[in-house]
Order: sequence, then structure tokens, then C-alpha cells
Amino acid sequence: MSEHDFLAIAPITTVAVFSLIVMLVDALVKKNTSLMQTLSVVGLLGGIGVAIWTLPKSLNGFNGLVAGGGMTNLFDILFCSAGILTVFLAKDYLERLGGHFNEFYTLLLMATSGAMLMAHATDFITLFVGVELMSICFYVLAGFLRRQVRSNEAAIKYFLLGAFASGFLLYGMALIYGTVGGTGYADVAANAATVEMPFIFWAGVALMIVGLAFKVAAFPFHQWAPDVYEGAPTVIAGFMSTAGKAAAFSAFIIFLNSVYGSGVEGTDRVQILLAVLAVGSMFIGNVTAIAQTNVKRMLAYSSVAHAGYMLIGLAAGSPDGSFGIIYYLIAYLFMQLGAFAIVGLLENEKGCNLTFDDYKGLSKRRPGLAMVMAIFMFSLTGIPPFAGFFGKYQLFKAAIGAEMTWLAICGVVASVISVWFYLGLVIAMFFRDSEEKQAEGGTLGGLSTAALAVAVVGTLVIGFLPQAIYDLLS
Amino acid sequence: MASTLLPFILLLPFVGFLLNGLLGKKIGSEKAIGTIGTAVVALPFVFAVVLFFEMLGAPPEGRTMHVTLLSWIAAGDFSVDFAYQLDQLSMIFLLIVTGVGSLIHLYSIGYMHGDRGFFRFFSYLNLFIFMMLNLVLADNFLVTFLGWEGVGLCSFLLIGFWYDREFEGTAIKWTGDAAKKAFVMNRIGDLGMLIGMFILFSQFGTLKYAEIASGLPGSMSAEMMTIATLCLFLGACGKSAQIPLSVWLPDAMAGPTPVSALIHAATMVTAGIFLVARNAALFSMSHTTMAIVAGVAVTTALIAATVGLVQNDIKKVLAYSTVSQLGFMFVALGVGAWTAAVFHVMTHAFFKALLFLGSGSVIHGMHEEQDMQKMGGLKKYMPQTYKTYVIGSLAIAGVIPFSGFFSKDEILASAFANGNAILWGVGALAAFCTAFYIFRSVFLAFHGEERFDHTHVHPHESPATMTIPLWILAVLATVGGFLGLPIVLGEHVHVLHNWLEPVFAQASANMHGHHLSHTLEWILMGVSLSIAILGIFLAYRMYVKRPELSDRFAGSFKGLYKLLWNKWYVDEVYEEAVVKPVWKASKSVLLKGVDKGIIDGTLHGLAKLTGEASNLFRKIQTGIAQQYVLVFMIGILVVIGWLVFGGG
Repeated sequence: MSEHDFLAIAPITTVAVFSLIVMLVDALVKKNTSLMQTLSVVGLLGGIGVAIWTLPKSLNGFNGLVAGGGMTNLFDILFCSAGILTVFLAKDYLERLGGHFNEFYTLLLMATSGAMLMAHATDFITLFVGVELMSICFYVLAGFLRRQVRSNEAAIKYFLLGAFASGFLLYGMALIYGTVGGTGYADVAANAATVEMPFIFWAGVALMIVGLAFKVAAFPFHQWAPDVYEGAPTVIAGFMSTAGKAAAFSAFIIFLNSVYGSGVEGTDRVQILLAVLAVGSMFIGNVTAIAQTNVKRMLAYSSVAHAGYMLIGLAAGSPDGSFGIIYYLIAYLFMQLGAFAIVGLLENEKGCNLTFDDYKGLSKRRPGLAMVMAIFMFSLTGIPPFAGFFGKYQLFKAAIGAEMTWLAICGVVASVISVWFYLGLVIAMFFRDSEEKQAEGGTLGGLSTAALAVAVVGTLVIGFLPQAIYDLLS
Repeated sequence: MASTLLPFILLLPFVGFLLNGLLGKKIGSEKAIGTIGTAVVALPFVFAVVLFFEMLGAPPEGRTMHVTLLSWIAAGDFSVDFAYQLDQLSMIFLLIVTGVGSLIHLYSIGYMHGDRGFFRFFSYLNLFIFMMLNLVLADNFLVTFLGWEGVGLCSFLLIGFWYDREFEGTAIKWTGDAAKKAFVMNRIGDLGMLIGMFILFSQFGTLKYAEIASGLPGSMSAEMMTIATLCLFLGACGKSAQIPLSVWLPDAMAGPTPVSALIHAATMVTAGIFLVARNAALFSMSHTTMAIVAGVAVTTALIAATVGLVQNDIKKVLAYSTVSQLGFMFVALGVGAWTAAVFHVMTHAFFKALLFLGSGSVIHGMHEEQDMQKMGGLKKYMPQTYKTYVIGSLAIAGVIPFSGFFSKDEILASAFANGNAILWGVGALAAFCTAFYIFRSVFLAFHGEERFDHTHVHPHESPATMTIPLWILAVLATVGGFLGLPIVLGEHVHVLHNWLEPVFAQASANMHGHHLSHTLEWILMGVSLSIAILGIFLAYRMYVKRPELSDRFAGSFKGLYKLLWNKWYVDEVYEEAVVKPVWKASKSVLLKGVDKGIIDGTLHGLAKLTGEASNLFRKIQTGIAQQYVLVFMIGILVVIGWLVFGGG
């Protein structure tokens, strides 16, 4: 073991160590909620700091089990930022819904370190450890409001289906290992073109794609997402649908790059498959979202569609495509987490006040929130000059660059469909009056305000200064 | 120095806009708001003066500076930056906008005193300055267009500033209608400008002024050049209120008077002249366009000046006068006298801002009365306002040595030399009307018997924040003309000409300039001075010596009077020729046929289909985990099948 090994995983270690510290402090110190929050934020900020520090390096550690530096660390920053925003939002929300236990922070930090491990993984074993670390924390977090039936249902369903998917993921890894003779991505890249039984290799790739498609909630493996997002605590749903999705995409990108880079015959089929999954996700997600009356479910279905948009980048199979995904994930982080944050704020003690009808006339009752929500909705729709537009622009550009113009067109059409429900919510908030007096959800605490402000500023900055973000990423 | 100061010049007004707009209500104090609002324009003016002297120190070839603030959009070969170009031309506009702008801000502190929208007013005004600076400092069409639309927005907001007041305009009843009228008219022009920009981009692959000018003529055919420049000119017509897009400006007087002075006289309406002057090299390539510009302009100048003869609202007089004077500027552009146009922009900014602020002072002192028939004899109540108003009037009428004489004379002389005698004749007639209507307003408002109701109206002089700007502008309106002394007096006396020469060198080379003999030039000068004095004299006879004459005059020339009173029936012609047919076609064909039938039919059909699909998909989502697994399994089989056997 060398210095390199530790530098490669340094951001993960930081967050993981803090998750343990949080657990210990919880056991030793009484009345410690704000201390827990501080420690969590410090840990996540530390993760960001270390990630920035090691960003310029190109690291390989533990005999090719993990990598570090560059794009990987960008993902670290993304996950930790999502974590910080979630911590900010969690207190108000959980206290109001009567589920404020300190384990929340330990689990959140562990899930974050799992996500980071997925991005760092360059080997099937590390990938699987990362996936499971993140997923198991998510299962628990989804059921965190343990007095609510919906939350319990979400946890169980997520666990059942997640275990099912993990099984296929693992089986896919095994098949690939059997053909290329190693568990590292490097082995795949080196040997895939010369395997003796290509159909076994491809079956393995197929199962890996299925497993990861489940994690990003892509069609037709998406059906868990609406049920889980609806039942899970809203702040967690926001975290799962941003950081969780981002983690799966990071693994997706690195894995597929090793397949594309191996020169094996048949990668065009992978591209077509991903394109079909993309189209299916975009259309099923957006079309089904139209029929939803519950805003949380609407956001869940729309997150399926957003997975579809990002799959376009994978289908393009080019550096531009990967770049587009990262760009989109950053934009998506702010707008999606922001939207979930507002949903969480308006949710009342019994977990109600979530339907479109409840949002009617919001602009009169809480003009600030309605305004901010409208920004997120516009951005999610992909209307310039907000972040979502430039994210989609990068992805569609990648598709056209890969001579898949039809895919970009499908993306545009799907975006048009999404106008229906995103702007439907804006119309409800601004142009409809509520018939009865609504229970109003929680007051806006200082931390929540900060989190919302960050989300809004992020959405606007990415939208107004796309070039700056572009240069930063390049 | 330029790269350090320019960002401040640009951004300070924007900061003022944000401060006043967002926090104005909290700040509350008019003093604080007014100080912030004025300072963020006055400081840039100081910086601009510093830059001006720096530029003066540089050799004439080295006076153009390019500053890129940040890159906006880059897509493939196409890129647009927030990039600015400070050269002799934009420097003049920069000085006018910030200089006259800060005086008008200062004046507004007094004028808007007590208005409940005080902070809103200053934030809009600051935003306007920001946008206007973008417009004139841009080094490419797109940033200019950004400013162009921005000033349009501010104009809309400020015309309708008193949105709840009634306003007697042409075919409109509310200030809001006047704002809408201005906005819509400008949209028509903007469409032209956009198309012009598209053509230029498709031909040159760039929107940068310098690159287009250096790439001329490129592969563009003469016809294409004419079309592109005419499209740009249409945009200029909208912004600068030239026929056929002129009717919005008189109604724009619904806004507060400082707005009329700043936006609808001194700065924004000259944006069209700026656009043409900035692209002088381009316009000079098409003689057809140049002829059309001159023709449209001289028609506008004359028609507007004649309508001004019969107006009773003091601001309306000045509004028609502005339209007419803008016509003069375009005449200069049309005959290739670029410098003369810019010269007149400058002098006009001084004397017209002065006249508007003077009229505002009168209106303020008369408790919001604008009808000159209900004034009279105000000279003794408002001596400061009176003196400065007369100075402004002498300047616009073109009496030597006031500034308007020199710029107007240069335009008329150029029209005679490079255009033809008819152009000169019509222009001279318009100049005569100008002298007449402006002194008619002087005599009606300040001389003669007091026709107002003494029990309700007690005229009073305005506060110092209002009279100081008046005096500063009066000085400028008096001496501003010396920057452009006629060439007959010597080779180098026309300072402005020498200053602007490098900017217009390329364009002037394309024009075949004719020079007048010195004798002819002296004669023309004498004629234009006589015209001005004749106009003033007639006005004096009719409105001071024998007030009954004007009624008798109106009686014996009933037809003409009616024509002028109804503004040459331009609005009526619009109503019949444009508004009604468009309305009918929209209602019967576009609304019922295209929109409701084809578009709505298709869209509603599609929407219904999507909605049904949505319900169907929703039913697939049963909530039962076993079924999800089933779908999952099918998915897996298909994926494996495709990847393993899909290759055949």
C-alpha cells in the first residue's frame, strides 16, 4: 500500500470516518441534534475539500480496485453537495413529521460514501460494495418515517426489488469475470475483444446494464421509483433521485467506457439498446406523469424521464455524451432537490398536502415559495435561460454528434410533453384559487432557506452562465 | 484604463437598478433613493470623461478600444461575447447618455417628489441607462439588440408609469394603452432589425460590427445589400419614430416629463441614428437604401413639423418636434453626412432635453396643466424656466449662435450638396415650421394674458434641483454648436468632424461627396437664418401682437387646418388600411380557421391521445411488487436477447 492508494480514496474515507464519528457522538452525547448536523456538514465539506485537493491528480489505488482524481472527484463533489443540502433540509422536515432520529445523519453519510465508492470503482467488487452500501442505507432511509404505512411500504418494496436487481447485477459481473478472466474494468477493456464465448460476455453486459438501469430508474426497470419516492421522506426522495441517480450514472459511464474502449464487436447494439431505454424512459416517464395528481409522484415519474435524457448521453457513447451527463447531473441536482425541498416544506404532519389541488393559489399564500418552485419547474421543463435547458442542450448535441439525430428529436418531443405537468403545476400555483383553506405545512427555517437559496442560485447560474460551467468542467 | 473603467460605467446603473428596485421600498427616503439613482449615472459620466481625455491623448488611429467582459454563448463556430467597443462614435453617445442622463436624474428628484412610485421610477430609469449603454457600446449586433430590447422595455414601463391615469391620446384612453402602442410599434421595427441581422450573419458568419465592415462587400449582391440595410432601417424607424412607425412617439408623452426628456427626446429615440451611423460603411454600399432613408426622413420631418403647428398640449408640440428633428438626422444619414447626423444628435439632446424639462417645470408649476391655451403670462411667475426655455427655443429654431443653427445648417447644406434642391427645399420648409411652432409655444405659455383660473392655480418657480439642470442644459444648448463650426470658416474648425473622421472614413469613401462653393454655402447659411427669424417673427405677430389672427387664419384655411389638426389622418389611414383588415383576417381566417381548426384541432387531438396513454400507463402501475418483477423479467429477457442474438 502506498500513498497513492490512500489519496485515491481520501474523499470517501473522510465522509465514511465522519459517519462513524456521528454514530459515536450520538451514543455518547445527549441532546446533540445540532452537533450531529454540524458534524455531518463538516464531514461532507471535508469530502468536498479533499476531492478538490486531489482533483488534478490521476490516481489508481489498491491494485486497480479504485481510481481517483478528475471526473471521479467531480462526482464526489456532487454527492457531498447533495448531502449537505439534504442535511440542511432534514431538520425542519423530520421534526415536523415526527421522525427526527440521529441515525438519519449516519445513514445519510454512509449512503454518500457508498455513492462515492461507486464513482471511484474500477473493479466489479468495489462497485458492488459501493452499490450495496448506498442501497442498504437507502432502504432504511426510505422507511424512516416508521409510523407511516406508506413509508414502510416504500422501504419493503424498495428492498425487495433492489435485492432482485442487485442479484442480476452480481450475476452479470460473474459472467463477465468468467469470460474476460478478471474483475477489473481494465480486464474488460483488454480482453473483451478476444473472449472465447462472446454470448456469455454479452449476457453479462446485459445483466449489468439491467442492474444499473434499475438504479437510475430507467424504463422498463423504473416501476419501483414512484412508489418509493412517494412513500419515502421527501428530503430522502430528493437525495435518492439526485445523488443516487448520479452514482449509478457514474458507474454506468465508467463501465461502458471500458466496454466501448475494448474494441469488442457489437457495441453498436449496446448503443441502440441504450437509445431504446432512453426513449422508453422519456416517454413513459413524461406521459405517465401527466396523469398524476400527487406532486411527489409527478416528480418521481419525471425523474424517470430525466434518467431517459441522460441515457441519451450514454447511447451517444462519446466523451461529449459523458460530459453532457455530468453537466446535466449538476443542473438536475439543484432543480430536482430544490423541487423536492419545496414539496417537503409544504407537506403537513400527516404526510398530506401533496396534490395539485393543494398547490392551487400558492402564489397568494406563499409568493416566495411559489416563485422559487416555478423557477425549478421551468428549469426541469428545459426552458432557457434556466439550468435544465443547457443540460438538455449538451445531451442532445452529443446525440447529434453521434449521428443519432432521431434520438435528439425524441428528446425534444418528450420535453414538450413534460410542459403539460410542469407548467400545470405553475398554473395551479399562480392562476387557480384554492376552494378551501389549506393546512400550510411548515415554516421556512433558516437552514431550509439557505438550501433553497443555493438551489435557486445554482439553477440560475448554470442557466445564465453556461459558458463558465462549461469551462470549469473542461 | 478603459478595461478597468468600462465595467464600472456599464454596471453601476445596473447596481442602482437592483438597489432601488429591490430595496427601494425599504429605503423609503426619497433623498437616499434619488442620490443613489443619480450617483450611479453621474459616476459613470465622470469615468467617461476620464476615458474621453485618455482617448484624446491617443493618436486618431489608436482610439478604438475593445473590451470583452465575459463570454456569453459559444456554440460551434458561433459565439457571442459581452464585448464592447469604445471608439469616437460610441464615446459621444456615452457622454450624451450619462451626461444628459445624470442631469435628468437630478431633475427627477424634484419632479417626482411625493410620488408613491418614487423608487420604482428611479430603478426603471437606472435600468434604462444600463440598457442604453449596452446598446451604444456593444461591439456586435446581438449585444446592441439586447440593449435595444431593454430600452424598449424601459420605455414601455415608463410610458405606463402612471398606469392608473387616463390619457387623451389618438384612439387610446389610458397611459397603459400608450405604453402598449409604443411596444407594439417597436416590435414591427425589431422584426426588421432581426431579419437584417440574420441576413448579415448568413453572409458574413459574424455579428461583430468591425468584422462585417472589414468584410464588405463580401459575396453579397447589391440587391441583398439593399434588403439587409432596409431591414435594419425598418428597425431604426421603429425606435426613432420615422414614418410609417412614427405614431407611437406623440402618445408616449403619457409618461412623466423627465422620461419624455431622457428617453423620448435625448437618447433612446436616437438609437436608430446610432444603428445607421455605426453601420455607415454597410449603408453606404446601397444607394437605393440611402435614397429611401433620405426620402422617408424628409417626409417625416415636414409632416411632423406641420402637425406641431396646431398642437395645444405643450408636450405634444415637443413630441412632434422630436419626430421632426429625428427626421432631420436621418436626412443627414441619407445624404452621407454622417458627422452632421451625430452632431445634430448631440445638439438636439441638449436643447430638446432642455425644452422638455422646461415644459415639465411649467407643468409642475401649473399643477399638472399641459394645455397651453390655459396658460399665458407665466414669464413673471417662472423667470428661470422662461429664460432657459427661450434659449432652448432659439437653439431649435436655428438662430445664430445657438447650437441648433450649426447642426441644422450643416444638414441642410449637405442635403443641397449631395442630395438635391428638392430635399433642401422640403427641409427648409420644415425648419421654418419648426421656428414657428416652437415660438408659438413660447408666446402661448409665457406671454400674453393669463388664461388660467387664478382661484385654483398658483404658478410658482420650480425648486433648485430642477432649475440647475435647466441652466446647465441651457449653457450646453448655447455653446454646443461651436464643436461644429462651418468648414467655410477654416480647415480645422469643425472639431467634431475631425474627431469622427476615422470612424466614417470607409463609408465616406463609398459616397461621392460634392463640395459647395464658399459663396453658395454663405448664401445657404443666410437663407436658413432668415427662415428661422421669419418663423419667429410670424409667431410673434400671430400670438402676441394680434392674438385674433390665429383664429382668423384657422378660419380662412379650414381645410389645411383640419388636415393638420387630424395629423394628416395618419392614424385613420392606419385604422382603415392596417388595423381593421388585420383584425378581420385574424378573426375569420387565423382564429377560426387556422388556430381553432387546424392548430387547436391537432393539438387537442394529440393532447387527448397523450392523456389517454397516460391513464393507460398509470393503470400498469398497480402498486403490486410481484407485477413489477414480472415487467422487470420481461425487460431482462429482451435486453439479453438483443445483446446476445441481436447481431444475427
